[in-house]
Amino acid sequence: MSTEPTKYYVPDQSVWPIVGALALGLMAFGAAHFTIEASKQEAGFGHYVLGAGIFVLFIMLVGWFRDQIRESRAGMHNLQLNRSYKYGMLWFIFSEVMFFGAFFGALFYARMIAVPWLGGASNNAMTAQLLWPHFEAIWPLTLTPGGTETQAMGWFGLPLLNTMLLVTSSITLHFAHIALEAGNRSKLKLWLVLTVALGVTFLFFQGYEYVHAYRDLGLTLASGVYGNTFFLLTGFHGVHVTLGALMLFIMTLRVFAGHFDKDNQFAFMGSVWYWHFVDVVWVCLFVFVYVL
Amino acid sequence: MSTVVAENNDAHAGHHHSKPTGIKRWLFTTNHKDIGTLYLWFSFFMFMLGGSFALVIRMELFQPGMQIIEPHFFNQMTTMHGVIMVFGAVMPAFVGLANWMLPMMIGAPDMALPRMNNWSFWILPFAFLIMLSSMFMPGGGPAFGWTFYAPLSTSYSTDSTALFVFSMHIMGMSSIMGAINVIVTVVNMRAPGMGFMKMPMFAWTWLITAFLLIAVMPVLAGVVTMVLTDKFFGTSFFSAAGGGDPVLFQHLFWFFGHPEVYIMILPSFGIISAIIPAFARKPLFGYSSMVYATASIAGLSFLVWAHHMFTTGMPTFALLFFMYMTMLIAVPTGVKIFNWVTTMWRGSMTFETPMLFAIAFVVLFTIGGLSGIMLGVTPVDYQYHDTYFVIAHFHYVLVTGAVFSIMAAAYYWIPKWSGVMYDEKLGKLHFWCSLVSVNILFFPMHFVGLAGMPRRYPDYALQFADLNAIISVGGFLFGFSQLIFLVVMVKCAMKKGEPAPAKPWEGAEGLEWTVPSPAPYHTFDTPPEVK
Repeated sequence: MSTEPTKYYVPDQSVWPIVGALALGLMAFGAAHFTIEASKQEAGFGHYVLGAGIFVLFIMLVGWFRDQIRESRAGMHNLQLNRSYKYGMLWFIFSEVMFFGAFFGALFYARMIAVPWLGGASNNAMTAQLLWPHFEAIWPLTLTPGGTETQAMGWFGLPLLNTMLLVTSSITLHFAHIALEAGNRSKLKLWLVLTVALGVTFLFFQGYEYVHAYRDLGLTLASGVYGNTFFLLTGFHGVHVTLGALMLFIMTLRVFAGHFDKDNQFAFMGSVWYWHFVDVVWVCLFVFVYVL
Repeated sequence: MSTVVAENNDAHAGHHHSKPTGIKRWLFTTNHKDIGTLYLWFSFFMFMLGGSFALVIRMELFQPGMQIIEPHFFNQMTTMHGVIMVFGAVMPAFVGLANWMLPMMIGAPDMALPRMNNWSFWILPFAFLIMLSSMFMPGGGPAFGWTFYAPLSTSYSTDSTALFVFSMHIMGMSSIMGAINVIVTVVNMRAPGMGFMKMPMFAWTWLITAFLLIAVMPVLAGVVTMVLTDKFFGTSFFSAAGGGDPVLFQHLFWFFGHPEVYIMILPSFGIISAIIPAFARKPLFGYSSMVYATASIAGLSFLVWAHHMFTTGMPTFALLFFMYMTMLIAVPTGVKIFNWVTTMWRGSMTFETPMLFAIAFVVLFTIGGLSGIMLGVTPVDYQYHDTYFVIAHFHYVLVTGAVFSIMAAAYYWIPKWSGVMYDEKLGKLHFWCSLVSVNILFFPMHFVGLAGMPRRYPDYALQFADLNAIISVGGFLFGFSQLIFLVVMVKCAMKKGEPAPAKPWEGAEGLEWTVPSPAPYHTFDTPPEVK
């Protein structure tokens, strides 16, 4: 096996990729059947298969990352390989940007085109008269043409607090990164733990906001296109915050185990980039979903 | 562009890990050549499967009236044919070619992220098992066309939609990971001295294709998610009663779909740009203009999506914008076609099988391109929309375009992959059978389409009967001609044929021809110097 750091490290055979493929296959198959069964409120095998897939995925992640960390610690990763990882991470984040782009696109289309047209804008006056003469095109869409009523989520209070939490967490994480570069381990640990704590607090408040929406406002996933875009955008963002927080938590454990320094910190840097990305998405969400 | 290798660096003795054997070699591999082979065989299998679905369609359409299958099953066949050919045959074939050729072409030891590479491949068999299993669900599989327009895929679909959606999700993950791997490899792994403007065109076209993939596959993931929640969780993205709009589906889908079309043709451009110079024994005419043309096509592909929706209803300025943008794409595409023709001009041409396929590509792809321009003219499209003219158009682009280029690539590089020359007689037989039958199959579709025969119906009016019978005959001839291809490739895989020299084609250029045939398991342990 080539171990000289000048050579590009091509890993030996690995069992993890195909385990990962099996995991995704089980998860997709299980999630699909679970969706069908849940929508009919029938008992079935879907959730078992989904659970098994998640379990296999977990095993795969642990195994693959263990190999990866071991190789990194053994100095098998040269500069060129580190560059590959960095580019890979950046393009992955770009793909995530495009994923959110689809949902933001849906939001803008609904708001700027679909809802006004339903209300008779452009050349749709006659259609509006014939279909839903009493429909009023307003945003947030609190009364759909079909008659579903809901209340809008305000931006003041919890959402504003959450914005401040997440923006602060990006700053604390940046301080952690500076501390790592400066070799100041105790500061690094402090800022990193603080960041994870801020992220978890954000998630807690976000969960509370969902309860508030369902219980007090009658704002649900099925409340017309306002509720749809609200829950899918904030929901997918929440999933990404969870993932980002998990990544940072693992980085915290690794920092406490003495990993990473100025020159060997790809995993840390990747997690930091991811966290900043999630933060930027939130700022867009706050502006376009809550405030405007 | 010329790449001269200073020193042929094939001193890659066994100091790398030894070549693993048995089934584990394929399951756990991190080797770009093994993964490339897996992709190519998978793609051929899916090509035959999707092709057999097409033959079911052609069987039903041989005569007017309901002949063999139920309309609902007919719709499932059109859906699955499209999904399998796009996501299971053409795209994996290109990824397979990229895996085999890119590291060799740019002088890299392997793909940049070898384990992720294997993950990308092995997701595909699982994804398609799920997709195919949907056909055995109660009520049958997806029957809404590969474009899964709402509300066909939401209000009027069966439960199997959930399987369709999640299968698409993991297929998309596989594509994104594959694309990330290609970009990182091309950007980060080039041998010293190989600047961007010295790269083979195939590397360039794949680099740009990979960018398109990363940009649009997530949008597909988004839109299938909305279909899922609309169908199962009570959202109304695509339902007017809840403030949504079914037209939004078409915008999102085609924002993915149009770049997707170029994802399936740009790598072809790279292949043809390698083969024509080799057999014309002249360097590629206008290398840098080829690069810029490819990049322009990719850029424009984000601005033309609504030409698929002219009849859906849009403000006039939008119709005009998308029409003019579509016309504009003809310019860089024309640059490419003229460059290929000019490369052949006064060349010392020979006509081995790869060259035959490449020349057929240039001619027939141009026919597909020109019918595309016709479809891009808004008022004209009002007449052609959803007729067989559209089917003729995109099959000329995808079958005689993408598929022919993949076959050209297979014949061109098989000596390097297997170490033996393919059977030239059988190869030529395959070419001529394919060329004649594919035109019997698709050319008359222009006429029935112009005469008004709509697509996606299991029955048709009597006046279309004669041409449809001819089309069906062409379909079966084309389908069975591909068995010749299978025989040629299996013979090579079994090493039956003349041993191939390192460079079997006199005029071929590039690093891949500096290493022995078959290419050693690990090609460039230390990067070659490119001058």
